[in-house]
Amino acid sequence: MAVIHDTIEAFELFQPASLEDALALRRRYGKVSWAYAGGLDSLDWFKDRIKRPEVVIDLGGVAELKGVRESGDRIEIGALTTLTEIATSEAIRSKYSVLSEAASQVATPQIRNQSSLGGNLSQDTRCWYYRGGWPCYRAGGNICYADTPTSVNREHAIFEAKRCVAVNPSDTAPALIALDAQFVIHGPGGERVVDAEDYFITPATDIQRMTILGPSDLLTAIRIPGTWAGARFHFEKSRDRQAWDFALVNVASAMKLSGNTIDDVRIVVNAVGPRPMRLRDVERQLKGQTATADVAEAAGELAVLGARPLQHNAYKIPLMRNLVRRAIRGEA
Amino acid sequence: MSFFQWAQNPWGQEILVRISWDLFWLALIGGALFVIGHLVWRTKHKEAAPAEAPPEKAAAIPERILRHSLGSRFFHWSMSIAVFVLLVTGFFPVVGIQFDWITIHWIAGIALIGTVVFHVFHATFWLGLKNIWVGSADWKEFRQGLANALGSGPAPPKPGKYPVEQRLFHHMVSLASFGVILTGLLMMVRVENPIFTRNPYLLADSTWGWVYVLHGLSAVGLVGMIIAHVYFAILPEKRWMTMSMIAGWITKKDYLAHHDPDRWVVTEEAKNP
Repeated sequence: MAVIHDTIEAFELFQPASLEDALALRRRYGKVSWAYAGGLDSLDWFKDRIKRPEVVIDLGGVAELKGVRESGDRIEIGALTTLTEIATSEAIRSKYSVLSEAASQVATPQIRNQSSLGGNLSQDTRCWYYRGGWPCYRAGGNICYADTPTSVNREHAIFEAKRCVAVNPSDTAPALIALDAQFVIHGPGGERVVDAEDYFITPATDIQRMTILGPSDLLTAIRIPGTWAGARFHFEKSRDRQAWDFALVNVASAMKLSGNTIDDVRIVVNAVGPRPMRLRDVERQLKGQTATADVAEAAGELAVLGARPLQHNAYKIPLMRNLVRRAIRGEA
Repeated sequence: MSFFQWAQNPWGQEILVRISWDLFWLALIGGALFVIGHLVWRTKHKEAAPAEAPPEKAAAIPERILRHSLGSRFFHWSMSIAVFVLLVTGFFPVVGIQFDWITIHWIAGIALIGTVVFHVFHATFWLGLKNIWVGSADWKEFRQGLANALGSGPAPPKPGKYPVEQRLFHHMVSLASFGVILTGLLMMVRVENPIFTRNPYLLADSTWGWVYVLHGLSAVGLVGMIIAHVYFAILPEKRWMTMSMIAGWITKKDYLAHHDPDRWVVTEEAKNP
């Protein structure tokens, strides 16, 4: 069980100045190490003494991991770039406003100044049973405390819950999937590049992780291709309060239109399942259609097919349905 | 090394969660050590030439004798596939190979139950249980065989259809299989499937811990036993037995070399494989 100490257990701190050194440290210490970026997720874990890494690798001094770089028609963003930089970058705002919009809606200005894109993508779930140090599936136990008849599970999953019902809390993840981004990961086997949607996993695959990142891996960059530059974008986040809150449901979409006809579209929702969920059926349904209110209505219905609410989160179904409709109609 | 994983539940009680995965590695290492030990022993221990069967008995034996009926072979190989899938889906995630394993795992579990139910009926009503029974005389032979293998005492008499060590192995596999089946059925109540209505709270958390422990112990037990089983199956001197599990029959030569015709009487049915 969590005991709030507000003091962190001792660990060995490394502050590498280059990516090469950071990767070497990650390889050397593997499972006992913790990659520390903005610290917004890490410090809670440390202070509650639920995660007790022996080694912390502070990536703050690694210049290669920072900044927005334009290369031809694509953009590469270092994983340590702050959310404020992303929200205000002219290159991103002009071509991929769905990402800057998503980044600008994360938490508060202070948190956005500190937190990194890589951290926002790789953060752990916010399920309070898990965060509270209860021995649930995700913490290595054999039970989900959020899925009992009396659990407080208002914020939990309506899709893809297998044993664990926690959701992915990221705002930037659905935007990057909508943009068909690729994530660059460095690990013991060298560099590998994966599609954004393949970066996230469900408890069916590994109940103790939310991403494919292994203990020796490091997410180093995010590449956004030019494919969707200048498309019609939409990002909307529904939350209990307008700042410093995680999404109850968020939606990101990118749409290419000829007049009012949808040529191509990508729609992604998050906070409804353990990973950001691309609505492929909805996308297929929409292609070639006119973006009218009726089409949006039908797409909203299709989006929530198969949803399985828990005791207290059935409201997420109409919420998600309406957010998808609004994304197609392009309503702010 | 630890044997069990413990956790503190929300009420501050220490509860069992599952077996420690050290036991899985122990089963693997134990299996490997057994194989190495047996290989070393095998180089030093040459099997004595089998006693000749009386000519009048040998003359009555056909060239091929049915050892495993089609039903038995079907059971053996379908159970093997089910157990293989269960072990891969159960233990690959433990060793770090992650994939969506639960659905495949419970489907393989249902397949295992199907094969075991088939086998219980087939063995009870068609094969006869006495072939597989281990009585007090068998224990005596087992001890005699063990002593002989260790270099003291005469070789035990030739067995009937199944040597005593094979029957003991069968019973140990049966025990482990019933262990994984009974606990696995309970565990199915905790995951989405079309057979049971999901109810993760059927048992108290500490009781679930015991269910997981029994499931794990049975499973790692199977790992060790299967290593030994596969090892013996590929040994050159046991290959005649392995081949009989594929083709169904053994040769007259192998029958007379490894079995006592008085203890395994070749029936009319077995004469026509």
